[in-house]
Amino acid sequence: MSKISTLPPAMLNPPAGPPVRRRRRGLQRRATPYLYLLPTIALMIMLMVVPIIMVSGYSVMDNVITNQNPQPVGLANYVEVLTDPVFRTAVGNTIYFTGVSVVAHLVLGLVFALLLNSPLVGGRTKALFRLVYVLPWLFTVAIIAVLWRLLLNPNGVVNYLLQAAGVIDANVEWLANPDTALHAVTFINIWAGYPFFMISLLAGLQGIPKELYEAARVDGASIVQQFRHVTLPQLKPIIISMALLDFIWTTQQFALIWMTTGGGPINVTEMLSTFTYKLAFSRYEFSLASASAVIILLMSMILAYFYVRHQKARD
Amino acid sequence: MTQSTLVTTSTHQRGGMKKAGVLVGLVLGALFAGFPVIWMALSSFKSNREIFESPPRIITDSFSLDSYITILTDPVKVRFFVNSYVIGLAVTVLTLVVAIFAAYAFSRYEFPFKRVLNVVVISVQAVPPITLLIPYFGLMVTLGLYNTYPGLILTYMVFTLPYAIIMLTGYFNTLPRELDEAVKVDGAGPITALWRILVPLSVPGLVSVGLYTFMIAWNEFLFALTLTRTQDMRTVPIGIQLLMGQHSYEWNEMMAMSVLGCIPILVLFLFFQRYFIGGMTAGAVKI
Repeated sequence: MSKISTLPPAMLNPPAGPPVRRRRRGLQRRATPYLYLLPTIALMIMLMVVPIIMVSGYSVMDNVITNQNPQPVGLANYVEVLTDPVFRTAVGNTIYFTGVSVVAHLVLGLVFALLLNSPLVGGRTKALFRLVYVLPWLFTVAIIAVLWRLLLNPNGVVNYLLQAAGVIDANVEWLANPDTALHAVTFINIWAGYPFFMISLLAGLQGIPKELYEAARVDGASIVQQFRHVTLPQLKPIIISMALLDFIWTTQQFALIWMTTGGGPINVTEMLSTFTYKLAFSRYEFSLASASAVIILLMSMILAYFYVRHQKARD
Repeated sequence: MTQSTLVTTSTHQRGGMKKAGVLVGLVLGALFAGFPVIWMALSSFKSNREIFESPPRIITDSFSLDSYITILTDPVKVRFFVNSYVIGLAVTVLTLVVAIFAAYAFSRYEFPFKRVLNVVVISVQAVPPITLLIPYFGLMVTLGLYNTYPGLILTYMVFTLPYAIIMLTGYFNTLPRELDEAVKVDGAGPITALWRILVPLSVPGLVSVGLYTFMIAWNEFLFALTLTRTQDMRTVPIGIQLLMGQHSYEWNEMMAMSVLGCIPILVLFLFFQRYFIGGMTAGAVKI
């Protein structure tokens, strides 16, 4: 990780005293980094390693916590979860919700970043717009959920405006209608998440050397060609990083779904997170919930593998 | 009129058109981003009866601060805010202290398993909260931490520490080693080098990490929902949900509570915008 080379410590601190003391100091020196890492390692073992072992153990037992003497059942819980039609619906919904969110975050984030980076608008104006654009990112998911429940209420302002504009004929219950609920929660998540992309892409745009655009213009490249052949390739590493991170986080989204639709109506917005939560805390099927939780963990670790590999490749 | 002036006027016009296009785009974007927020703030000043009146009005006859007064004089609701502040600040301070030591080890020492630990720290960020939730429930009860501040504080640190360590390690790596070696020559130990030299030089990085940490703790929902039971332990996000769960919706109070709930982050952002953005972009631009 550290790339700064230094002199060997011995040259700066010549060892004095008998060899025994030197050896003890050597041991101390070797133990030092572990001492500094001790609180981190202790916390991670207690609240990360142990819980993952526990949840894996739960997942191969018959009903734990509610059952006094749980017996091992092999992979029966996994089979039951994987063949559950609601689980499959949840996988489909999670993929739609995540896929559409990530693409829309990227497109909106890029468009807003390009607008904010335009040389045609003054610095103060840009600073003001940047503040407005970043607003959704400053809100807690719980607040975003109640806010959009207010806006999307059957008698709310969105229905009023859409009717006034002639887009819809009658009030729509966006979050309670099985045809619209999944699109509605996805839209809310798009609104909540694009600033994260926008800010990073804006920093990326500002880091592209001006000479690249000048060279492209000399070669007669149009604005569109400059965007395709200069801007996009330069932003590519940031885009891949952000997309992977966003993908990992969005598949884990719980609070937004829980507070807007709770997974309903009739499972149309059920996600892997809400499905697992309900198994554990509404139906008290802790073993099935654990199997589902381990499946989600494995999927996240696959994504994390690509993320770590991408980051290493960039270093 | 010569041909050259003709050309310049037309490019000038095209420049003006372009500028107008950019401004129209900026305003449309601002409406998309800002309208929901403004509507939230406006609704918090309305009476509950007028929130869904048709046609909607921007400011109604009953414009008042009543919903704010209701919340700020209700000890149960004030307690939500106290809990969120206590937990947020504790998580921030503890995360920074623990991460400073860990980052120091990663930045200044070579030791066996360093690369492995480093990859673990990065990938731990991808562990889904829902996976940890089920064992946490039993674990917290066993440890006597269920429905307590320390229970939530330790839980949040699991999610804030990895990011803090990665950020601070990167920050320490930019500071030349000769600085801390110079202090050590004077007979001071590595701890002195860390606290007297590295930490003071890393204040901007610490501010970025601290803000991000506070925000994660302030916003957290899933664990606050599951690992607390009594009203006096609930945080703001759960408090907002509790308002929603009651038989009738007090929309104006929910909006007032939302405005109050986003004020700390908004104020922090206005004052420390540069650090916020630095913290946000550092993760994606380079680790």
